[in-house]
Amino acid sequence: MKIDRRSFLALSVGGTVGTALTPLPWKIQDDLAIWTQMWPWTPDPLDGENTFTHTVSTLCRGGCGVTVRKVGDRVVKIEGREDYPTNQGGVCNLCASGMQMLYGPTRIPHPIKRVGDRGAGQWARISWEEALSMVAEQLGEIRQAGQPETVACLSSRKYGSVAELLKRFLTAYGSPNFMVTPSMMDAYDMTLKRMHGVDGRMGFDLENADYVLSFGSGLIEGWGNTAYMIHTNSVWKERKATVKQIEPRLSNTAAKSDQWIPVTPGTEAILALGIAYVIIKESLYDYDFVNNFSTGFEEFRSAVLSGYSPGNVAKQTGVDQSTIVTLAREFARARRPMALCGRGQGTVPGGLGESVAVHALNALVGNINRPGGVWAMPRPAVDGWAAPALDASAQAGLAKPRLDGAGSAAFPFAEQLFNRVPEALATGSPYPLKALFVYEANPLFSTPGAAKVREAFDQIPFIVSFASHMDETAMAADLILPNHAHLERWEDVPDTSGFHQPMIGLVQPVVEPIRDTMHTGDALLRLAAALGGTMAASMPWENYKACLQEGLASRWSQLEADGFWIDNRYRPDTWSLAFPTPSGKFDFGVAGSDLKALFAPAQPEGDDGSYNLKLIPYDSVRIPNGPVGSPPFLVKIVSDTVLKGNDLFVEVNPETAKAAGFVEGDHAVLKTPLGSATVRVHLSDGLMPGLVAIPRGLGHTAFDGYLAEKGINANDLIGSVEDAASGLDAAWGILASLVKA
Amino acid sequence: MKHTGNIGKPKRYGMVIDLDKCTGCGTCMVACMAENNVPFKKDESNKLDSITWLRVYRLTNGKPYPDNEVCYLPRPCQHCAGKHEGHSPCVSVCPATATDYDQETGIVSQIYTRCFGCRYCMAACPYHARYFNWWDPVWPKGMEKALNPNVSARMRGIVEKCSFCFHRYQKAMEKAHMEGRRELEEDEYQTACTQACPAGAITFGDLNNPEHKVHQIAQPDPAKGGRPRNPKVFRLLEELETNPKVYYLSSREWVQEACHKPHLLDQKTAHH
Repeated sequence: MKIDRRSFLALSVGGTVGTALTPLPWKIQDDLAIWTQMWPWTPDPLDGENTFTHTVSTLCRGGCGVTVRKVGDRVVKIEGREDYPTNQGGVCNLCASGMQMLYGPTRIPHPIKRVGDRGAGQWARISWEEALSMVAEQLGEIRQAGQPETVACLSSRKYGSVAELLKRFLTAYGSPNFMVTPSMMDAYDMTLKRMHGVDGRMGFDLENADYVLSFGSGLIEGWGNTAYMIHTNSVWKERKATVKQIEPRLSNTAAKSDQWIPVTPGTEAILALGIAYVIIKESLYDYDFVNNFSTGFEEFRSAVLSGYSPGNVAKQTGVDQSTIVTLAREFARARRPMALCGRGQGTVPGGLGESVAVHALNALVGNINRPGGVWAMPRPAVDGWAAPALDASAQAGLAKPRLDGAGSAAFPFAEQLFNRVPEALATGSPYPLKALFVYEANPLFSTPGAAKVREAFDQIPFIVSFASHMDETAMAADLILPNHAHLERWEDVPDTSGFHQPMIGLVQPVVEPIRDTMHTGDALLRLAAALGGTMAASMPWENYKACLQEGLASRWSQLEADGFWIDNRYRPDTWSLAFPTPSGKFDFGVAGSDLKALFAPAQPEGDDGSYNLKLIPYDSVRIPNGPVGSPPFLVKIVSDTVLKGNDLFVEVNPETAKAAGFVEGDHAVLKTPLGSATVRVHLSDGLMPGLVAIPRGLGHTAFDGYLAEKGINANDLIGSVEDAASGLDAAWGILASLVKA
Repeated sequence: MKHTGNIGKPKRYGMVIDLDKCTGCGTCMVACMAENNVPFKKDESNKLDSITWLRVYRLTNGKPYPDNEVCYLPRPCQHCAGKHEGHSPCVSVCPATATDYDQETGIVSQIYTRCFGCRYCMAACPYHARYFNWWDPVWPKGMEKALNPNVSARMRGIVEKCSFCFHRYQKAMEKAHMEGRRELEEDEYQTACTQACPAGAITFGDLNNPEHKVHQIAQPDPAKGGRPRNPKVFRLLEELETNPKVYYLSSREWVQEACHKPHLLDQKTAHH
């Protein structure tokens, strides 16, 4: 058939008209539209009554007040509580992801006991009765054998009724070994004790400070209370306060500060002393405070003037002389200057010398117990309980030295030194451990030199974990008595983040427990009852809530009504009353210690010349680094310059990378005296040359496919370094090499 | 009457993000994902297929150590009005009318059930604010319990983006109507990111209402397509005349300059 112009036109016009008239295409399109809208495989969340409940989130260290939105009985959203004194409506990324921690598949659904090899992940479900009687039997036997001191407990919390209950349990049982995971607050507590003579904790009147000198503190990256610190940072911006950040890496805190001052890692204390030198030499210090309210200034002055001239300090720290002089003058002339320490999120305490050197700056300018300054605060106490009853075997056990050496002649001021436990267990001195309780801590992942901790844990025959989620330490346990999730339980959370007003938040159950779990407080009460005698008498409460209520005594009614208790009229003592040292004055001499030795920087292991770089860990606000592993939302917001697939990137200065022949994204082997790992290289202009920076908090082996095996654990490559003066972990990093993979 | 602001007239909801205050913590991203049932996969490190209605970019001044500076920039959908109200780059190209410009609020909608996944809008959007579902969303067992009933879950093959939490607007309007009101107070309608930001860096409200903080900070000039009169305030890629409703505030000059570079938010070069 021949197609001429006429027939072609007829055909196309006819076709068009025909198509327009027939219902077929419209019908098909309509069907298609309907078909594509039927998605039976996507979930259709049920609607229901909306309720909003206040509680306190315990996922991060901050303890922020949150408002939980529920639809029916489902938790769908966690928001900052507007009228909460610290976070004031804001919330941190981890606590905002709390629903995933509640409902996630890594929850431990019921009590389980190990049936295969340790860590093999073979478990058998057991009943609560069976689980508790297993523990009671073991503990009974150990006590019968007269070795109650060989039972220890590791908790991530030092204060609050659950921590106090754990401690009380051990005390009544006869063990001095209640331990808390280390933090910068250990160094601060010790500094407070030695310089102020106060058995308390440090508080920081941050919002009123107008000049902040931060020695590596990740002020907006999880140091203290994350949400409150970020809020404070905004207050500083509004009030035009100055923030100077001293650290080797351009962290978020450094990026948001008024000036980033890169410093050779580990020399922060030296820089602080260099600044002190200028303040003393130029007589910029507060005469009233130093002359009338301090002692030991002469020793401090001569120690500083003999070794820390700006020229000397500049050589060691890499900070220009002129910068040191400027910082000192600015600091001393500011109205409310404040010097802070605790690297990153403060999970490693740092040496006592560092904390003392930095705090001495606050003292030199007299900004102690004053508005905008550093305050001595009372310790949060659960004071409504009667003293525990101690039988003869408890008294004998308590008379034994602590496993970690805290409080001994070598470390008289230390309260806990968990970093010393691996060594003690490896040598079996002073004694081996027979049983360990782990409460909301994940030491096998989050302790520097994690491999040594794993070896140490192998020496403990009976490990009981109270974990809610299957983390690395729970994996290595023999028995798990899962605690309620944070949204399912009662608990008091005293502020320990450095807030300048005594405060307690109340965790209240938002939902009924969705698994067969038990509050750790209740589990302890039942264990004590099973053990009988003075144990039962020391823990007589019917349930944890009754014990909580009694412990908080007069504060309970306000806690119950408002969800928090705050003493907002708290003011620290004036200088004449503030220092219960023997002299009644602030002690620059640090209780007569050898200042030169105190200020000596920590020496990392493995200085054998084969390592040409220094590896420093860094904390990211997007990567939780404590007992809680990242929920999926948080893994999702990790940058692709930190994690790509399962590959972890380390940061290297482009100059250093070029010298070693690396370009962006190269695979490399990162080696330290502790081990080696394959990483990828990310070039960063925000890092001092000669360094490698690795994020902490990745490289989990436990949890599920949303977190496990992603990246490597910095704690496998970086160990701890014992500070001779305090026993605390003073490590700033480690020597390392980076070679092509 | 208490209000002298913008009564009975169309609203132009928008935000000012203070980049001096933003710390890059990412809480806004988490709050957004939780509020809007944004799915997540086991591996989210390929940022090209990682759905984040609100993405925080990391900008640098590009200078070598030690003069390197960093600024974080949260980028929601910019809810562009274009040269005339409704001439948003994405709305103009959508063949399915799956994305539309609401004349009442100035919000650019995304109607999942209409979208058939041609992704013209993604090509048209200069801010990379739109995301394609390459896979059906899968929630780990139990976690679907945390889904918000006010936002429908999406499926593979469609495009999604920030809605300025439009469901929150609807809820607030419903409540107002129940109480016999036709106008919302400033704090009655706030997005999830604004509410969550611990730094208070995000201010959200009606740009047309002189009583609203967002208007007072940005000082938009209606005669010049909404350009800010506040010299510290700017918009992303202003030259494109997309007339976005998201304004940024920074006291740093290099940040202001960087935000005019066309490759600013290019997925391949920008770090997230």
